[in-house]
Amino acid sequence: MPSPWNASCSARIGGPMSETQKTGRSRLDPEPVSRRDVLGLMSLWAAGSALLFGLVGMLRLPKAAVLSSPSKRFRVTLPATLAAGEAFTPPGRNVAVYRDEQGVYAISRVCTHLGCIVKPTEEGFECPCHGSRYDHDGTVTKGPAPRALPWLEVKEQAGTLYVDEGSNVASGTRLKV
Amino acid sequence: METAFRGGAPKTDRTRSTFVFGNVFFHLHSVRTHRWSLRWATTWGLGMATFAAFVITLVTGILLMFYYKPFPDVAYQSIKDIHFVVPTGRFMRNIHRWAGNVMVVTVILHMARAFYTAAYRKPREFNWLMGMALLVVTLGLSFTGYLLPWDQLAYWAITIGANIAASPQEVTNALGITQHFDPGGLQRLILLGSDTVGPEALIRFYLLHVMILPLVLALIVAVHFWRIRKDGGLARPVDADQRVGPITGTYPVFTEQPKKTYQLAAIVRGKTAAVGKGPEATVPSMPHLFYGELAVLMLTTLICVALALLSDAPLKELANPMVPENPAKAPWYFLGLQELVSFSAFMGGIGIPTIVLLGLGLIPYLDRETEGTGEWFGGPGGKKLAMRSLLVGFGASLAIESFVIHFGWLREWFPHIPQLVITAINPGTLLTLAYGAYSVWCVKKYSSTRAGAMALFTCFLCGFIVLTVIGTYFRGPNWVFYWSPSQWPGH
Repeated sequence: MPSPWNASCSARIGGPMSETQKTGRSRLDPEPVSRRDVLGLMSLWAAGSALLFGLVGMLRLPKAAVLSSPSKRFRVTLPATLAAGEAFTPPGRNVAVYRDEQGVYAISRVCTHLGCIVKPTEEGFECPCHGSRYDHDGTVTKGPAPRALPWLEVKEQAGTLYVDEGSNVASGTRLKV
Repeated sequence: METAFRGGAPKTDRTRSTFVFGNVFFHLHSVRTHRWSLRWATTWGLGMATFAAFVITLVTGILLMFYYKPFPDVAYQSIKDIHFVVPTGRFMRNIHRWAGNVMVVTVILHMARAFYTAAYRKPREFNWLMGMALLVVTLGLSFTGYLLPWDQLAYWAITIGANIAASPQEVTNALGITQHFDPGGLQRLILLGSDTVGPEALIRFYLLHVMILPLVLALIVAVHFWRIRKDGGLARPVDADQRVGPITGTYPVFTEQPKKTYQLAAIVRGKTAAVGKGPEATVPSMPHLFYGELAVLMLTTLICVALALLSDAPLKELANPMVPENPAKAPWYFLGLQELVSFSAFMGGIGIPTIVLLGLGLIPYLDRETEGTGEWFGGPGGKKLAMRSLLVGFGASLAIESFVIHFGWLREWFPHIPQLVITAINPGTLLTLAYGAYSVWCVKKYSSTRAGAMALFTCFLCGFIVLTVIGTYFRGPNWVFYWSPSQWPGH
């Protein structure tokens, strides 16, 4: 498609150009462009690139530099009556904490498919939203979930247990208490 | 008064013309309209109904903004205020919700109308793309809309929606490249404004719902309407003039050739409006077209008001980040998608929708035929092909769904199968492939791309219906199949 710019430019300098052609300019040579057009084009490109840079700068804004999310590390006090293999959910946290003979461990209750909260059951965990199922150690047994439920780091400091939702450990890792 | 109502009531064809082009709100219309476009069966007024529903949501939405507060928990209370305290608040919220639903229905039907009358063909390809963009923005507006009350539906829809945005991680994780290249994570972060669902997310979706998406929609609507003019009105068959017959009635057609040329207006190339020919089988847009449009507007309003009186917009319990509902179901127009997502987050939520949109967008560029433009089911095979595709479309989706519901899928048979295999080979992708294969077969059989397009479009429509119905009526707690909600287990 011929650009309107070229059309107007060749129309304006049509006269002199036909003379140059008579003088034997190869058709492979670039067409002469008047200084006025060069300046005009340059200013257009300058304006265009300035707008583009400005736009890119503006698009940076929605990606926050500091996230406002609450701390992922929290304190847990396991009830004394907690049976082996029974899930304990600390208030306000989507984590299942267990205690058995080998120690304490925590499994995330956030479905790895699309983030619904899975429910601990006799067989393991089940997700209400799209039907994913996991067994006791979080391995996927059914449904669309792409990964096993992550095991979370459990630490003991001065007799208090801490669970860190932001830090995963290998499946089967237990903290001796 | 005279400056407001220039020229008085239009009584002659000349003043009728002035009425249209002398008014900023009307002049988007052509001064005269072809009688083919005025037949109800040409469009069923679906595009206008969509626009009317948009105007209704716009007006009621602005009213709701007087009271709505976009902050978690407070948002829920403000919706309760609107529902129980604000004068006419409940009614306005109901209309807003119902007009949104009507808009989703009519935009889909309008698209089907444009498709089955082959109205997307040259020179209307670009407008077909604009229409698809409008479908996407409409769904975007619906989605961001039901997030705002911050009830259980809203909270879990935001969670699931944001995780669908992050679902390219299903692929990048499987390939082990997420640390270096994580488009999914970035999308989620930008949508939520945080890595958890909270106030930032609500304000972002609010901004999208009341500002960004309506502006985008209004902009594309303007282009969409303007293109209708530029493309010479609505698509009609070549012999439309003969089919509508000679004009009878009060409004005569100009018989003389127009003397005017458009040289001075510098329109010297291409086909311009009625240069060198009479106005064909046209009648003045005022009043014929405008009365039709007004009728559609009134009917749409009537339907929305009636629905709003009959049924209240739902509000579930306050969002609880600890316990999702069981089953957690999206509004009906996303339940087909939810069914697909229950096979694979990435393919169901992003992959297949992208393939479908690409396929729909390519149709006008692949179909270069001219037979049957402007006619319902025009083209090779016509109604017969549409019926056959209906059978194939319903058959394939029902067969594949029954198979999965009865026998399960790869994960249950081979517990250690790599996720990439399930992402690539799942009921959704197989159904898409089957539809694609059938469409290619139709292209060969009828040696016509239009036939293939008809097959594909009909199949996708069937798939959408089957998946939506299964998602709506036959999925219960844990997304398990039940014949009826009465069989759902108690909690």
